[in-house]
Amino acid sequence: MTERSMAEALNWALGEILAADERTFVLGEDVEAGGVFRVTQGLADRFGRGRVVDTPLAESGFVGAAIGASLAGMRPIVEVQFIDFILPAVNQLISEAAKMRYRSQSDWTVPLVVRTPFGGGVHGGLYHSQSFEALFGHVPGLKVVVPSTPSDAAALLAAAVADPDPVLLLEHKRMYRLFKEEMPDTLACADLGRAVVRREGDDVTVFAYGLMTHETLQAAETLADEGVSCHVVDLRSIAPLDTQAIVDGAQRTGKVLIVHEDHLTGGIGAEVAAIVAREAFDYLDAPVTRIGGPDVPAMGYHPALESAFMPNHETIATVARQLAAY
Amino acid sequence: MPQLGESVTEGTVLQWLKQPGETVALDEPLVEVETEKVTVEIPSPFEGTLSAILVPEGDTVPVGAPLAEIDGAAATQAAEAESAAPAPRREEEAAPAAEPPPAPPAPRAAEPRAVPADPAAPASRDAAPAAAELGRPPGLYQKRRFSPAVARLAAEHGIDPAVIEGSGAGGRVTRKDVEAALRAAPAGAARPSAPAPAPAAGDQVVTFSPTRRRIAQRMTQSAREVPHAWLMVEVDVHGLVGLRAALRDDFRARHGVDLTYLPFAVKAVTQSLADFPILNATWSGDDLVQRASRNIGVAVDTPEGLVVPVIGEADRLTVSALAVAIDDLASRARARKLRLDDVEGGTFTVDNTGVFGTSATGPLINHPQVAILTTEAVTKRPVVVGDDAIAVRSVMNVTLTFDHRVTDGSTAAAFARAVKDRLEAVDPGTSVD
Repeated sequence: MTERSMAEALNWALGEILAADERTFVLGEDVEAGGVFRVTQGLADRFGRGRVVDTPLAESGFVGAAIGASLAGMRPIVEVQFIDFILPAVNQLISEAAKMRYRSQSDWTVPLVVRTPFGGGVHGGLYHSQSFEALFGHVPGLKVVVPSTPSDAAALLAAAVADPDPVLLLEHKRMYRLFKEEMPDTLACADLGRAVVRREGDDVTVFAYGLMTHETLQAAETLADEGVSCHVVDLRSIAPLDTQAIVDGAQRTGKVLIVHEDHLTGGIGAEVAAIVAREAFDYLDAPVTRIGGPDVPAMGYHPALESAFMPNHETIATVARQLAAY
Repeated sequence: MPQLGESVTEGTVLQWLKQPGETVALDEPLVEVETEKVTVEIPSPFEGTLSAILVPEGDTVPVGAPLAEIDGAAATQAAEAESAAPAPRREEEAAPAAEPPPAPPAPRAAEPRAVPADPAAPASRDAAPAAAELGRPPGLYQKRRFSPAVARLAAEHGIDPAVIEGSGAGGRVTRKDVEAALRAAPAGAARPSAPAPAPAAGDQVVTFSPTRRRIAQRMTQSAREVPHAWLMVEVDVHGLVGLRAALRDDFRARHGVDLTYLPFAVKAVTQSLADFPILNATWSGDDLVQRASRNIGVAVDTPEGLVVPVIGEADRLTVSALAVAIDDLASRARARKLRLDDVEGGTFTVDNTGVFGTSATGPLINHPQVAILTTEAVTKRPVVVGDDAIAVRSVMNVTLTFDHRVTDGSTAAAFARAVKDRLEAVDPGTSVD
């Protein structure tokens, strides 16, 4: 067992993966030097610059190249330095990667992994704080997963690499070094499409993912002192959503709150709410409620603007408290 | 029809005080309405001319139903008064059901209401919707609708959610309320009974007035949910009888009301409750809450049935003040002029059944309280005084009925004895002021 932060867990997992499968390789901006978050630290020294490849500042180009490499039988693990920079590669991901299997009737698949940090809370300003899970989660043919713990990050990475289809692994940048977790020294392979119950409760169910999982768990602690027990479900998989876990969680309490940092309107919470409203209708005891980032064009750079944007354990507790009392 | 009480769902129009064509001023009494709890005059929420009466005298309509139309109203709504009725429960503002506005200063959107945060304040943590209810407005709307979970559970178990006391927002019945009710009552207890035999000639179906229906429902709930236990003590009241006889004429002259034994009993009760706070508790859902205020309900018999107006903070009143308060409440109760806050908030009930001549009574507890005390008829009896001498003394039985979930016989008896001791300590030297 070793204590690792999420960044360390990913670094370790990449090492295990590169060592185990010579088809795998890492590419992205500054990955040879270790990457801006040091997730690829030491890998170039260990595996050589043929397996850990610095790319130019050209996301469309290197994601496209990775798609090509995957079609040629390799297993590329792309790092997009910040999800904010993935936008030039959207055409490659949506028009090419997502559709390849469908359009070739499974003759060709794209076993691509794109790992990328998302989310705010690090004074990243407009272009280092965004969330795009709803954008990609809305595209059939792409899988999107969001770990909340170091062990999940490693296990989801392993599963993503093993998956024959494109997977986006979204890592919340504020969680890279937020806490350490004791992890086994053998790499597990997660179930890609499964949510995880992080806390059992009977008064209100909260669905969250990424950093919001932790804010929710903190809110749950506060509420527990007030006699309100929260059932916290870490969605973990944005596409596909774990519908069974969503329905089970909703039925448990009848009072559902969905929390994400991404803008409220059209965020993935809306899809979860729709699933709940339809599949768990007869178990609902309160209106299905969401908390999301505001529908403003960006998370500001000023600390006050940033913290006004991000949902936190206090705002989550406030809404969960109301819902429990409904 | 305004919301005249949290659990009131309908009202009966007794008398229109204005006729179509008459002008009515703002707040002028418009119509007299009877509900399960109180009879009230509704003041007009608008100034203008009464153009149409929509509910004739004698008709019963649900809360929220339009009662009348007034021309020249400043507001655009019909006369379903939000401002009407003395001390009505205030309706919550309807929360905007739409999603929060997308415009820039709309930080942290919590559906369905935007969280007002001041962006200039560092980490404005208390930026949450304050008392905002989620979804629809409570009260009016929530009393009469049931969530899918409630409806499903109720249907599965054959129980009517309308008779369950709601602990949710606006008094709504929650899923947990249904689950609690199911735990309390065995399944099938609410199955409809077999059809009754056809009435014979001369038989008459008894129609229940709203008050009677309400009493029936509350008695059923009390009997069903509360494990009642009962005890009695005999109180030697010769001192109390003597004091009252000595004071009554003067008291009547000074205060205009009769001095009875009841205010002394209420006084003894409030003082004894200070030592036995568990009996001054009320149920709030699954929680038992010991109340700080001692609000004593006093049972009053009226032509419509039993009413229990409440003397708030009764421990702060002297015997004289209690006598005046009791008289006021009783006469207003009989004249059907009680206000809503006269009947709410009680923490303990005293019932002077003695006026009916009884020597022992087993009343039902006034839910959600946990005890009720009766004072029976004062009778002259031979009693043993000293070691073995016999004297004729005035004796009054006092009974205590209590919720056995909350405490046991020893505590209940100790309380009853405390009341007894205080009443027996009354003598011609006791002051009533």
